[in-house]
Amino acid sequence: MAANAAGSAAARGRTLAEKVWEAHLVRRAEGEPDLLYIDMHFVHEVTSAQAFDGLRLAGRPVRRPDLTIATEDHNTPTLEIDKPIADPVSRTQIETLRRNCAEFGVRLHSLGDANQGVVHVIGPQLGLTQPGMTIVCGDSHTSTHGAFGALAFGIGTSEVEHVLATQTLPLKPFKTMAINVTGRLRPGVTAKDVILAVIAKIGTGGGQGYVLEYRGEAIRELSMEGRMTVCNMSIEAGARAGMIAPDDTTFGYLKDRPHAPQGADWEAAVNYWSTLKTDEDAVFDAEVEIDADALTPFVTWGTNPGQGAPLGDRVPDPASYADPNERAAAERALEYMGLNAGTPLREITVDTVFVGSCTNGRIEDLRAAAEVIKGRKVAEGVRMLVVPGSARVRLEAEAEGLDKVFEAAGAEWRFAGCSMCLGMNPDQLAPGERSASTSNRNFEGRQGKGGRTHLVSPLVAAATAVTGHLSAPSDLLEV
Amino acid sequence: MEKFISHTGTAVPLRRSNVDTDQIIPAVYLKRVTRTGFEDGLFAAWRNDPEFVLNKPERAGASVLVAGPDFGTGSSREHAVWALQNYGFRTVISSRFADIFRGNSLKGGLLTVVLPQPTVEQIWELIEADPKVEVTVDLAAREVRAGELVAAFEIDDYTRWRLMEGLDDIGLTLRHVDAIGTFETERPSFKPVTQPIPA
Repeated sequence: MAANAAGSAAARGRTLAEKVWEAHLVRRAEGEPDLLYIDMHFVHEVTSAQAFDGLRLAGRPVRRPDLTIATEDHNTPTLEIDKPIADPVSRTQIETLRRNCAEFGVRLHSLGDANQGVVHVIGPQLGLTQPGMTIVCGDSHTSTHGAFGALAFGIGTSEVEHVLATQTLPLKPFKTMAINVTGRLRPGVTAKDVILAVIAKIGTGGGQGYVLEYRGEAIRELSMEGRMTVCNMSIEAGARAGMIAPDDTTFGYLKDRPHAPQGADWEAAVNYWSTLKTDEDAVFDAEVEIDADALTPFVTWGTNPGQGAPLGDRVPDPASYADPNERAAAERALEYMGLNAGTPLREITVDTVFVGSCTNGRIEDLRAAAEVIKGRKVAEGVRMLVVPGSARVRLEAEAEGLDKVFEAAGAEWRFAGCSMCLGMNPDQLAPGERSASTSNRNFEGRQGKGGRTHLVSPLVAAATAVTGHLSAPSDLLEV
Repeated sequence: MEKFISHTGTAVPLRRSNVDTDQIIPAVYLKRVTRTGFEDGLFAAWRNDPEFVLNKPERAGASVLVAGPDFGTGSSREHAVWALQNYGFRTVISSRFADIFRGNSLKGGLLTVVLPQPTVEQIWELIEADPKVEVTVDLAAREVRAGELVAAFEIDDYTRWRLMEGLDDIGLTLRHVDAIGTFETERPSFKPVTQPIPA
């Protein structure tokens, strides 16, 4: 947004990101970062303790507790949640959040509460995530909320403290990048496949310094859940934020949610939200084209989310990379992953399948996985964990009988949380174990020390659970 | 925050790209509620390997990390910055940093310096050939010096001033508390609030 936001706005149209940025400008001064107002601040146990401590030391209050909400997700158990947390250090972290929220007057959804869950699942579910907002959280997957046309991005603990104290952030303008996903997705190809293909195309650093805007017919046709999956992984492409212009799908999702505007406010809000799209004469700093028709189910083979390929491909040969850094990274990745160049991706066998996370832990994701696994069995020797993104999603799924479908197939039905996505709680891979995971990061050790992760969609996860090797639903025999 | 004007120290060559924050400090080390003591989690998985560069006796006491491109990708955990600082690093040099990590480091006084990849490789060669070579990161002069090498780096005036003065961002923002108050009076009524909780 750099010069664009500051300078030539009158000369030409503005992008969605620029409109939201400018609507939150508290102060702009030459030679200083812009001071932006923050509409909503999500808080969780892992990145907030030191921030609340900082406030206490300085004698500062939380400026707007009414624009702040907290939950417990990263470090919570997904079994026996009615019992005290076994690990004393984890228990202290959760108890510290509870004490801080009570002391500073912050609303908290604790373990056992129907609104507890992964912070990026509960915001939209409560209707607290709305178009045109600025939203932050001490978590890089805050980009998820951009699916509503909000400017939403992850921050560190120093910034968490800054937002708690001032409800603002000093920020240097971003550049803007259009990701045009033209054409239509084929059946069995999902939002997850789109974003994995985007990351493989632009690389894990490709979006650095940019806000991405996902556009095009294939994006418009996605549900809100699918749009959240896409925006969620903007950070894996190096971008702090990803956005999609709000439309009737967005408004339909929000209508009548607990915190959606009511009555005259709803009308005023929809009128405003309808203006939140990139002007036709706006210019992006960069543009990327993706052909939706050509996409097939996508999986990762390496140790960063850019190291992915269509499921029908083979493990690539590191020698095929021209860039020496990429070649070295691919060599290291194959060694860590225990894979040989040339192996068909479909022949990779897994020990664990994880369905959940802020990427793919929403009701639609659970429905998609359940549809595939219904009437089938998890392969012998494979463990499948299904972890709803929130307590509400879990209740909804149970009302639809999805828990029974998973359990009948031999999968484990867990309580809500981040779980095996980051391996902070007891849900972890053992060294050398391999997973097909609907989460967002395949970094070395991400799901447990020595664990090996393949990122996949919920459809591929469920099909893989049945066969025991990376598979798409189309690989399964009729039941 | 401690002022950063210029720092000279021995350096560690980390010849890896895409060093994500899960490598810098794995999630299981993030449970502490203090800002100190994270050094034991720094590069925890790699430090099990006696051959890992940080384990070499000649790298003991180093305070400058010279890393491959795309350092700090992934999670927003500021614990990654604290782990590097707690271990004794004052500055990290790379050809490209992930946005959130860079922001966190500059807020917390860990100076992240961007140099072109060929320059990073020159520094790698220097410090690999002689681990005693000292690297100077001079923020006042916007310059990195090592042996015969002198490389200018860019950093915006505002961030440089804040680091050199050791200033707290919150204090700086609170000078504009009136502007924040004025902005708040003009926010549309349809914007959501978390409290009171709707019935």
